[in-house]
Amino acid sequence: MPDEEKTPEARPEHPTPLRGRDEGVPPKPEGQGASVASDIGALAKGLKTTLGEFFSPPVTLEYPEEKSPRSERYRGRHYLRRYENGLERCIGCELCAAACPVGCILVIAAENTDENRVSPGERYAKTYEINMLRCIFCGYCEEACPVQAIVLGPEYELSDTSREKFIYTKEKLLEPLPPDVQARLDANK
Amino acid sequence: MNQVYNDPIGHWVVIVVAMALLLFVVLTATAYTVWFERVALGRIQRRPGPNRVGPFGLLQLAADGIKLAFKESFVPEKTDKVLYVAAPAIAVAAAFLAWAVIPIGLWYNVQYWIADVNVGILLIFAVSSLNVYAIVIGGYASNNKYSLLGGLRSAAQLISYEMSLGLSLVPTFMIVGSLRLRDIVEYTVHWGPYAGPLPLIILTPIGFIIYLISAVAETNRAPFDLPEAEQELIGGFLTEYSGLKFVMYYLAEYVNMITVSALATLLFFGGWFLWGVPPVLAFLLKVILFLFLYIWLRGTFPRLRYDMLMRLGWKVLLPLAMLNVIVTATILVAVQG
Repeated sequence: MPDEEKTPEARPEHPTPLRGRDEGVPPKPEGQGASVASDIGALAKGLKTTLGEFFSPPVTLEYPEEKSPRSERYRGRHYLRRYENGLERCIGCELCAAACPVGCILVIAAENTDENRVSPGERYAKTYEINMLRCIFCGYCEEACPVQAIVLGPEYELSDTSREKFIYTKEKLLEPLPPDVQARLDANK
Repeated sequence: MNQVYNDPIGHWVVIVVAMALLLFVVLTATAYTVWFERVALGRIQRRPGPNRVGPFGLLQLAADGIKLAFKESFVPEKTDKVLYVAAPAIAVAAAFLAWAVIPIGLWYNVQYWIADVNVGILLIFAVSSLNVYAIVIGGYASNNKYSLLGGLRSAAQLISYEMSLGLSLVPTFMIVGSLRLRDIVEYTVHWGPYAGPLPLIILTPIGFIIYLISAVAETNRAPFDLPEAEQELIGGFLTEYSGLKFVMYYLAEYVNMITVSALATLLFFGGWFLWGVPPVLAFLLKVILFLFLYIWLRGTFPRLRYDMLMRLGWKVLLPLAMLNVIVTATILVAVQG
């Protein structure tokens, strides 16, 4: 019967039982309910609580000096990676640009030649630009990349003074990764 | 010093210097009260509070003051221009006038006061009641419904608490036999082996509690800050005020806070007397403890609902204060005959 399944008994046990509506609430004093003494006791309890907090250390971080740790999967600004021998990983396939839901990546590929070898594959990215004002930091470019050339790093303070400066060019994206991100990528190899 | 003071011209010179000194000290004290409140509230909420401008954020108030002073002096359309400008001035004037009669013990035999009036405490009550005019007039002149509601609330609140505030101190006057603040501070007892100063809170503890609650309501501080009530009245009477006119209301609130703290110290805790502590430090310490109490209350209690505020004032504090007067009078007659 479908009606029986809806009864509370039929539901699976919650791993940590939620507190019932009437549980955890102290019982009301007997007789005429609240008394003056219990009211003043409640006020004193409140004062004691706040005084206890007053003498406890702050829980906040002093932001510009201290920063809360980012998750290692945090999606901040992008980096283009290189191989250990210095060659760029990007092979100019434009899959990142195709995967990008907002179309903020521009890749113009060029052929590698023996005189000018930039990446190990046939082609390399001659131009690689990301418009950070458009980017929604979804990380699809990182997922789409067949050679793990583009990764999202932990930096999130990307403010700047003009719109032009938000178009990150290849030189800027090729900056070396922060060491902790590099270590994480090496571990996942 | 006495010669200078007794000379008519010298007398005025001394008074003017004393007033200038007072203005400087009280304004500085106000700035650091605001700092103290912001830091203490921050600590109660487990955050550090202002700590950016200057060491420990001590110059925060200078930064805020400069910012507010450079704001456009703006008077909204369709306000009563004269009253709109006059109201904050009344607030500041009333707040500072109370300090004319507050004595401060500087050293063991040196005391500071501008006017040693024999009805000092009555004068303070008269002047501090003027604060309500500033709020009501400001609320009315702003031509804004929230401001007007804040002003009306303030008037009702003041009427409710002024009586119990006055009555809470009557036992003190009856015990001391004087309204002069210096006499109340220097009240001494000769109880068998002990002869010396006695904090009056030991004799009128209930009076002190009533004074404490009424004073919070009188200064429109949380949890009795109904005239402001940011959440319901978007700032109440302060809604239409900005820049220096806002500063004046703000200043008045904090000067009043220091005034009631100083009065509590003088009336109930022996003023500048504390065993083994230099008078001016003892006075400062007690005032700071009272200021902390006010901040602590603000950090702890939610704002009262309006009917609760009125009920507490009329049905609890006022009868209690009257009873306190009658009981104290009976005991005094029984003891002194």
